[in-house]
Amino acid sequence: MTHWIIAPVILPALLAPFIVLAARYHIGIQRVFSVAGVVGLIAIAAGLAWQAADGTVTVYQLGDWAAPFGIVVVGDRLSTMMVLLTSILALFVLLYAIGSGWDDRGRHFHALFQFQLMGILGAFLTGDLFNLFVFFEVLLIASYGLMIHSGGDVRLRAGVQYVLFNLIGSTLFLFALGALYAQTGTLNIADLAERVALIDPADTVGIRMAAALLLLVFAIKAALVPLHFWLPSSYAEAPAPVAALFAIMTKVGAYAIIRVYTMIFPPELDVTAGLHSTWLMPAALISLGIGMVGVLAAKKLDRLVAFSVIGSMGMVMVAISLFTPAGISAALYYIIHSTLAAAALFLIADLVRAGRDNLNLVAMPPVSGAALTSALFFVAAIAMTGLPPLSGFVGKLLILDAGLKSDAAVWVWAVILCSSLVSVVGFARAGSVLFWKAKSVEAEVGAVVAPAPSTLSYVAVGGLIALLVAHTVFAGPVYRYVEATSASLFAPDPYISTVLETPGKLSKPTEDKEEH
Amino acid sequence: MGLELLVASAIGILTAAGVYLTLRLRTFPVILGISLLTYAVNVFLFASGRLSVGAPPILTDATVYTDPLPQALVLTAIVISFGMTAVVVMIALGAYLGANDDSIDDPIATADDQVEDQA
Repeated sequence: MTHWIIAPVILPALLAPFIVLAARYHIGIQRVFSVAGVVGLIAIAAGLAWQAADGTVTVYQLGDWAAPFGIVVVGDRLSTMMVLLTSILALFVLLYAIGSGWDDRGRHFHALFQFQLMGILGAFLTGDLFNLFVFFEVLLIASYGLMIHSGGDVRLRAGVQYVLFNLIGSTLFLFALGALYAQTGTLNIADLAERVALIDPADTVGIRMAAALLLLVFAIKAALVPLHFWLPSSYAEAPAPVAALFAIMTKVGAYAIIRVYTMIFPPELDVTAGLHSTWLMPAALISLGIGMVGVLAAKKLDRLVAFSVIGSMGMVMVAISLFTPAGISAALYYIIHSTLAAAALFLIADLVRAGRDNLNLVAMPPVSGAALTSALFFVAAIAMTGLPPLSGFVGKLLILDAGLKSDAAVWVWAVILCSSLVSVVGFARAGSVLFWKAKSVEAEVGAVVAPAPSTLSYVAVGGLIALLVAHTVFAGPVYRYVEATSASLFAPDPYISTVLETPGKLSKPTEDKEEH
Repeated sequence: MGLELLVASAIGILTAAGVYLTLRLRTFPVILGISLLTYAVNVFLFASGRLSVGAPPILTDATVYTDPLPQALVLTAIVISFGMTAVVVMIALGAYLGANDDSIDDPIATADDQVEDQA
């Protein structure tokens, strides 16, 4: 059995306490170890993704206890792809945090960053729903610390909202898990997939309640309207590198929905019929609309980016709620794109903030380094709004194409196309006010010009943009990969049999149970 | 039957009170509400392994035993919710002492800008 599959959880889990204990007062040493850790994560994640690329499902039994009695960590195409995406995003976010000095404006940034990575990567890799809850809590508690990093009254207040909203989400998650366990007697995802299909049609109250509650919980994470109210303030007030890392957190919700609602509650299951088409699809379309209208209505650049995240999550969820292989592949392609684009935009908003008093969308004298910043904003905005030639356009075409065969094709096409237009107007207005009109405003006499952001900041943002370009240029191979991924999601038998039939302690059905 | 009714109504009352308090506008009642909700969910999780009286949570020669797994889940859930409540109390206190305002919702836009300019 290979141990590498657990390494993405173990490595940050060891690095974070080391940074707290050994390098507490030395920001330089913290930076070195943090970057080295993330580079190591990328190498491990690339190896895992390469291993899973041919459809192999790798199972790691913690403590060698066989599933469903012990906890398993499972690496298949989907989870290793998300792990790789997270590690790559983390590297550029970390470089920006170092380049802009954000990590030095409060304590323990790097330790919390590593704990955050541990939670996110664990949530992607785990094969057990209760363990998913635990990793959600790990990533949340680290994110609470990161969210209020470097303090400030406004940030603390946004932090309170963020924490309380997520606490309610966690409580709902536990209710769902209790109902699920009461009805099936297991929380292992592969085992649940088998047992839910066998459930007595006369006794489905608990299972239907659990399915709806789980959808609610994951929709809170994915900031789906009407459960999105925590996102705009939190993301706008969080430190820029943290907001950029949070771009992957909404995708954790999307990932969980894809995993649970293809594996445990597949669309053809009678018990939960209608949950996807009747509830998820309209909510996704409304999110898309509200997000993009929010882009147009925002008075500050950071809020504008936050609303564009809601809109792009709406787009992802529209594709997911089709629940066809084509829809899921389009969603996966778009998830990669929107993570990178949203992260780049949050970092660019911070580049703008470095030279201005605030991010209000009013004309002010040009910021230092405005030429480069505005060019980056231009490219990132094109990507986010889905204009050609960047990957947002490719992703949107894929989603439109997948939506063509659905019953709600008219709605999908109408909402996606109209909201794209609205978001283009919103971003164009923001860009022209921030960068174009700036030339017409005279700087006050004697005003202190802030220094231009450091080269490393630009390297980090440029790296994200370069990844977006690569995501467009290599759209063919990437799409073939996500197509294979979604095909294996709709044929989960190898996953289930690998998880349940790998021998370990207690592998013969005996009466003893073990967890934690 | 009596035990089931008692546990079920306890969970129901705790949840109802928790939801009511969670919908308040100030942080203190909301934190209390969330605490009540976590108590309710702890009892709910505990009951998800079925209620049985006087049975050990381990296999013995006796035929009756109670499911130990929900008890392990509840322990984890209690620890996590305890820690989370402590965190939210600290952050809420910090926000209250900083802004001298205990409301949960976003401050109105003009006040927001002023606060940020001072900061």
